[in-house]
Amino acid sequence: MSKIHVTTTINGDQVEYLCDPRETLLDVLRDRLGLTGAKEGCGTGDCGACSVTLDGRLVCSCLVLGAEAEGHDITTIEGMATGEELHPLQQKFIEYAALQCGICTPGILVATEALLKKNPNPTETEVRYWLAGNLCRCTGYDKIIRAVMDTAADMREAS
Amino acid sequence: MALDAQKTNGFTQVGTRPNRPDGIDKVTGRARFGADATAPGMLFATIVRSPHAHARIKNIDTSKATALAGVKGVVTRSDFATGLTGENWNILENVMAGDTALYDGHAVAAVAATSALIARDAARLIEVEYEALPHVTDVDKAMADDAPVIRAGAADKSVPEGLHPNVVRYHESGHGDVEAGFAEADLVIKDHFKTEATHQGYIEPHACLATLGGDGKGELWCCTQGHWNVQKICAALLGLETANLRVTASEIGGGFGGKTAVFIEPVALALARKTNKPVKLVMTRSEVFRATGPTSSTSMDIKIGMKKDGIITAAEGTFRLQGGAFPGAPMEFTAMCAFAPYALKNVHQVGYDVIANRPKQAAYRAPGSPMAAFAVESVIDELCNQLDLDPIETRLKNASKKGTKASFGPMFDRIGLVETLEAAKSHPHYTASLKAGQGRGISCGFWFNHGGETAVTLALSEDGTAQLAVGTPDIGGSRASMALMAAEELGIPYDNVRVTIADTATLGYNEVSHGSRVTYASGLATIEAARDAVKRLCGRAAAKWGIPEDAVKWENGCAVPSGPNAGDFDPLPIAEITKRMGATGGPIVGHFEATPEGAGVSFATHIVDAEVDPETGKTSVVRYTVVQDAGKAIHPTYVEGQYQGGAAQGIGWALNEEYIYGEDGRLQNAVFLDYRIPVASDLPMIDTVIVEVPNPGHPYGVRGVGETSICPPLAAIANAVSAAAGVRLCELPMSPPRILAALEKQRDG
Repeated sequence: MSKIHVTTTINGDQVEYLCDPRETLLDVLRDRLGLTGAKEGCGTGDCGACSVTLDGRLVCSCLVLGAEAEGHDITTIEGMATGEELHPLQQKFIEYAALQCGICTPGILVATEALLKKNPNPTETEVRYWLAGNLCRCTGYDKIIRAVMDTAADMREAS
Repeated sequence: MALDAQKTNGFTQVGTRPNRPDGIDKVTGRARFGADATAPGMLFATIVRSPHAHARIKNIDTSKATALAGVKGVVTRSDFATGLTGENWNILENVMAGDTALYDGHAVAAVAATSALIARDAARLIEVEYEALPHVTDVDKAMADDAPVIRAGAADKSVPEGLHPNVVRYHESGHGDVEAGFAEADLVIKDHFKTEATHQGYIEPHACLATLGGDGKGELWCCTQGHWNVQKICAALLGLETANLRVTASEIGGGFGGKTAVFIEPVALALARKTNKPVKLVMTRSEVFRATGPTSSTSMDIKIGMKKDGIITAAEGTFRLQGGAFPGAPMEFTAMCAFAPYALKNVHQVGYDVIANRPKQAAYRAPGSPMAAFAVESVIDELCNQLDLDPIETRLKNASKKGTKASFGPMFDRIGLVETLEAAKSHPHYTASLKAGQGRGISCGFWFNHGGETAVTLALSEDGTAQLAVGTPDIGGSRASMALMAAEELGIPYDNVRVTIADTATLGYNEVSHGSRVTYASGLATIEAARDAVKRLCGRAAAKWGIPEDAVKWENGCAVPSGPNAGDFDPLPIAEITKRMGATGGPIVGHFEATPEGAGVSFATHIVDAEVDPETGKTSVVRYTVVQDAGKAIHPTYVEGQYQGGAAQGIGWALNEEYIYGEDGRLQNAVFLDYRIPVASDLPMIDTVIVEVPNPGHPYGVRGVGETSICPPLAAIANAVSAAAGVRLCELPMSPPRILAALEKQRDG
C-alpha cells in the first residue's frame, strides 16, 4: 500500500513523515518519530495512556490516524517541560508520588494540563470526571487528584 | 540468618519522603518501558491464537503467510525444546500450544515481518485446522462427574481417589476438633461464596525485544517483575545455556503479580533465532486479557461457630480454585490465609486446585488470600450482626498475636493485627454517622510476605557517591526506598546514591519482585551491602592511621576512632577515603548475597462506607480507610501508595471486574471498555494509617506492604454493601444486576 506524506507540527517543530493509511497517530509518534512518551495501553481509546493534544484539544492518539495530523498542531508529553524546567504539574506529580509504575503518567499529565487550561479552578469532582478516561491501576487516584488540585491552586496564585 | 542489632529509631533519612530518583524520567516520557526499545533491522511479530475454548490442532498451514512480501519467519511448537518436564513443560505448553488448544486465546503460531502491519496481515494468512472439543470454564462444573477431562494425568499424588481428573492438587490443614468446637458454639453460620476471575489490569501490555544468534547467545529486553526468572525459563524452553542469554528488565508499567510469569519472551526469541534478526513482540490489550494470567475463580464453603460473647469456637472452610488449563491455582494460600487473623482452637481447611478451559492463572497481589477473606469475613460479619456484637471488638477478642498457633501451622512471632484493629477503632471513620442507604463494612486481611534469593552490590565512586545495583524491578518506587536505606547506612545524602536495576549478567540470581519482598529482601541486602562497604572504608582509615580495624567506627559519613584509646584522629569523610582508594587497596565495593527468611507476616484492617441505589443496583464507595502494619515505613508516601492501590484494586474486584465467558467458552469482555477497572470518578479519597510493629527479621523492622492491602477490601465492601442493601451478597462482583437480583429475591421472600 502506498504511503501518505504528512506535514505537521509536533511540540512546536515542523515534522514530515510518510505513513501507511492504516497507521494511527500513536504508531507514527512512537515507531516513526521516536516519541515514545505516549503509551499504548489498549489501542481502543479506553485507557488514555496515549493522550496528546491536537490543536489544543485532548485526544487519544490511538484513535487518530497518522494521516489526519496533516496541517495540525500536536503536543505530546515530550513538549510539556521547557528545557530543564518541568511544568508545575510534572513537579507536583513527583513531589506527591502521584505515580507508581509511571506508565499512565504521560497521558494523565497531558490530560490534566488540558483541563487546567480549560478550567483553572476545578473541583475534586470535576478533576475526577475529566480524568475518568485515563486509567491508573497503581495509585487509586488519590495522590493524582491531590497533585492536580494543588497545582491548580499554585498556578492560580502565580498568575 | 542472624541479624546485626536491629535499628528502630534515630533514623536521619529513613522515614522521610524525598522525590523518587526516576521521577523526572517518568513525568517527561523519557523512561523506557517494554515497548519503547528498538534495534537496527528489527522485525515485528504477531501471535496467532485459538478462537476455541478447547480444540485439537489438526494442521497448521503457514505457506500463504510465508509467501507474503516482508514476512521473515513463522514459528510453531516444533521450534521449541522437546523433552521438558514439570513446570517447564506447563509453561511451554501455555506459551505455544502443542496438540491441543486449551483455552480461547491460546497461542498456536507466531510470525515475524518487516512491519507490524505486515505481521498482522500474515497472521491472518496462517490457516489452522481445529477439531472442537467439549469445554468447561466454571470451577464447580469442572469438578462435576460429567465434566470433560481437560488433561488426563494432570493430577498429582495429593489428590484423593474418586475425584474428577480435573482436580489436580489437594490441600488439607488445621488443628483441633472442629465438630467439638461447633458443638460449643451458641451460633453456627454456614454459607457458600463464589468469586469470578479478575485480571491484574496493568496498563502496560507485555512487550519484549529479542536477539538470538546461531551461536546460542541472546539478548532480551522485556517488562517483567523478574528477569532472572525470565532468563531461566527462556533458556529451558529454547534449549539454551542460561548464562548465554542476557536479560534486561525495562521500566515496568504495572505487574501486580501478572508479570512474574513468562508468556511472549520465548516466542520472540524463537522468531529471532529463526530469522537471525532482532524481533519485537508487543501484546494487544485483548491478548493480555485472553492469554495472560488472571486470578483463579473460586467456589467456597465457610462454617464458623461463635459464642454469645464473640469467641469463635471452630472454623471450617472448603476452597475450590479454578486456575485455567494448568495446575497451580493458589488454593493452599487461600486455605492457609483464610483464618490466619484469628487464634482458633479448632480449625480445618481444604483446598482443591481445579483445571478448566481458561488461561493459566498468574499471581495477583497476595494470590488466593483476598477471596478467602471475602468468604470468612462475610460470615464473621453475619455472626456479629446476629449476635449483636461490635465487629472490631469481636475481631480483637479473637485476634492472633505473638505466640498464637496460626491456623496454617506455625507460631506467630511479633505481629501487628491487634494494633491495626485498635487504630481502626479509634479512627474517626469508625464512629462517623452514616446517611440513609449507606452501610459500613469492616474486614481484616492477612498475607505471609516473602524473602527469596537476593543479590546486591554497592560500589563507591572516587567522590564518595554510591552506585547501588539491585536485581528487583522497581514496580512502585522501590529505588527511592533502596537509596534511603543505603544513604542511612553510609551517612551520605540521599541524592548521592544512584540505584540501578541491574541486568542478569551483572548480579547473582534475584528472585522476582513478588511476595511483597522488595523493600524487605532487597532492602535488607542493601543495608548489609552498605555495612560491608562501611567495613572496608573503616579498614582503609585504620590503615591510614596505623590502628587496628576494630578501633575504627563509622559515624555520619566519616571514619572516626572508636574511642579515646583508639587514638586522636580527625574524622575521615567518605570522599577522602574513596579519593585515594585506588592507591590504598583498590575499588571499594560492598555486596550481599543470601536468601533472607525473616519476612514478617502482615495484617490490615479496612473500614468502608458504601451506598447502594436500590433502583439501579449501583454501589458507590463513599469513604474508605486502610489501616495496615508496615513494620517500618522506609518512604511513607510510597507505603501509602501501596495501601491506596491495593484498596482501589479490591474495590474493582468487589464491584465490577469479572471474566465473562459465553456458552462457547470464549471470553466476552477482553477490552477495558467491557472489563471496567475503577476510574477516577468511581473512587473517593482513600485514607491511610500506617501502623509500625517492627518485623524482627529485618534490620530496620520492615514488613512488605504491597499485597496485604488487597486482602480486606472484597469482604469490607461486601459487608458494607450487605448492610446498605439489607441483604447478604455472597457472590463477586457485586455488580448492579447481582444486587438487583438479591434485592428482588429478598422482596419475594
